[in-house]
Amino acid sequence: MSQELLFNALITGLFLGGFYAAVSVGITIAFGMLDIVNIAHPAFIMLGAFIAFYLNSNFGIDPLVASLIAILPAFIGGRLFYKIYYYAFERHGEESLQGLAFFFGILFIVEVGLLLVFGVDYRFVEANYIRKTIDLGYISLPLRLVIPMIAGLTIVAAIHLFTSRSFLGRAILAVSQDPGALRIVGGNPVRVKEIAFGLSIATAVVAGALLIIIQPVEPSLGREYIGRVFAICVLGGMTSLSGTVVASFVVGIAEALTTTFGGPSWAPAVAFGLLILTLIVRPEGIFGR
Amino acid sequence: MKQISLVILRTLAAFACIFISESLYAQQAPIRIGFGMALSGGLAAGGKAALLTYQIWQEEINARGGLLGRKIDLVYYDDQSNPATVPGIYSKLLDIDKVDLVTSGYATGPIVAAMPVVIAHKKTFLAFFALDANGQFKYDRYFTMQPSGPDPAVAQAIGFFNLAKNITPKPQTIAIVGADAEFGQVAMSGARQLAKREDFNFKIVYDQSYPPNTVDFTSIVRSIKVLNPDLVYIASYPPDTAGMLRAIYEVGLSAKLLGGGMVGLQFAALKQQFGYQLNNIVDYDYYAPEPTMKFPGIDSVLEKYRTRAAAAGVDVLGLYIPPYAYAEMQILEQTVTAVGGFDDAKMADYLHKTVFKTVVGNIKFGPYGEWDPGRELTVQYQNIKGNDVQQFKESGKQVILDPPELKSGNLIVPFTPTKQ
Repeated sequence: MSQELLFNALITGLFLGGFYAAVSVGITIAFGMLDIVNIAHPAFIMLGAFIAFYLNSNFGIDPLVASLIAILPAFIGGRLFYKIYYYAFERHGEESLQGLAFFFGILFIVEVGLLLVFGVDYRFVEANYIRKTIDLGYISLPLRLVIPMIAGLTIVAAIHLFTSRSFLGRAILAVSQDPGALRIVGGNPVRVKEIAFGLSIATAVVAGALLIIIQPVEPSLGREYIGRVFAICVLGGMTSLSGTVVASFVVGIAEALTTTFGGPSWAPAVAFGLLILTLIVRPEGIFGR
Repeated sequence: MKQISLVILRTLAAFACIFISESLYAQQAPIRIGFGMALSGGLAAGGKAALLTYQIWQEEINARGGLLGRKIDLVYYDDQSNPATVPGIYSKLLDIDKVDLVTSGYATGPIVAAMPVVIAHKKTFLAFFALDANGQFKYDRYFTMQPSGPDPAVAQAIGFFNLAKNITPKPQTIAIVGADAEFGQVAMSGARQLAKREDFNFKIVYDQSYPPNTVDFTSIVRSIKVLNPDLVYIASYPPDTAGMLRAIYEVGLSAKLLGGGMVGLQFAALKQQFGYQLNNIVDYDYYAPEPTMKFPGIDSVLEKYRTRAAAAGVDVLGLYIPPYAYAEMQILEQTVTAVGGFDDAKMADYLHKTVFKTVVGNIKFGPYGEWDPGRELTVQYQNIKGNDVQQFKESGKQVILDPPELKSGNLIVPFTPTKQ
């Protein structure tokens, strides 16, 4: 086994893991903490990618800055979606199947909307770091992967700080554990879930900007990520942000090592095999309680 | 008796009036051409460009007074790039909409999915860009607008291999990598067959496919680089092509010849994104604006397409899809005109025995609808400066190296990525 290949595979796995963490953290909030099966999450990732594309191609704004601009509207939009979802389904206890259909509908509406506005071509962004690579001996660090990893981990760290240090953040954790108990102590679970869902959509939009730095996008590309992000969320333990990060790195490194030493066609099998093995040993996931 | 005769006469006159008015109506009713088309999903970039070209042809022919004196009406549904939707679409087109003619949607997957319905209705079927879609069916009323030729499995790679064997010193090793999807598998299978053939005899040192949702390709490219193959044959889809090229530049993978079956480089978006980084990459193509391919009418088609492409949100150069989509409609027009209607048996017979003159040159179909002979191009990107997409409209940027009768320049070796 070549040392060069091994080190580079591990590093590529870390890069991928950091990006997967950014993509999956929103699912962990929505699906893991709030019990909302937001199947439209990848469509919001694509929305973020196209916002970054639009601001980059028309105004020359860096995709990362573009994602920061989009965070607030995405947060407000996410809250609005939750309100519709709550009043239409959750309040009546009809969230399981009808709620799923609702998010399927949102997925197609967002996708077709992007298609009508931006067309069907693949879209890229330009930033001065995208074509650059830092070489450290035989290890190469492509900045188009390094930057999404750093940004991804920063997002998760910020959300972790928010949920562990702020009152509202703790309320989100509380609503994920026992909404009834939160109501008893004077909290409003619906409002807390609304804010958390807004946060989830905001992270999706940022993840989209990171995705378009890594590869070109077209409106339907998000569907490719549905299986992977839900698998990471489950592997990490559903409600745990730390678990999501660890699971993202496990999947990223497993994919990179398998691609390098076993062949790329085996990469998903090994990643999902790890998920199955973990769930056999720890059905609650790596950091599940 | 006289009164009875009068009644019979009046009844006959009434029937005659109804018959004549129906005949007149039928003459004026438009000819309806039905198809499913990828207007959303992963194949939509090709599907929407094809639809726009069909519409340009429709407007032209209607302005000329129509086909057989009747206007053309296009009846189409979005197949969402999903083959599962296609049988339902063609059942509706044929059984409910009762269209006069059916053509295919874009690309192999949806076309294969349409075949059982089309065969059951015994319809003559023009298929648009299908790689070996009739390989299993052997349907004698299938005709494809893809210049792969009688052996489609190797057509994608044969030009690449022909160039490789003439490089001095002769290359010895090859890496084959491609997408784990229908096109990738067929193209890779062709490359494997050719590598083992006596006249090529390249040792395969890497042979792997990757799943369609692969995010990063640096691990794959690094694994290939360690093996130092002389040739790298890649059968990739557009996002993978972009990922692969970026990884090639990041890792610094060189080879005597690199490329072969990279889908996406035919479209303006990737041409613009990679610009000068495409220099010396060898790839398959179907049309290049070289002097050897200046067929009558092609410039006019491209000009009309380009004036509307940006507004339609499709490929702004239109070098890949529009020439062949327009040629497909020209073939349909010539066939219907020649047989004087839509009799599927007569149409198929005419399609088999005729050499069609089109904007992409002369086309003749073989027994199972593949081009005979094939005419897949192998081009090399040369003299590309910067990232301006307009330069790809000029000759000398995508130099045709194979087939010999269309050759417009000479091969440059090796491919060496220059890091920025």
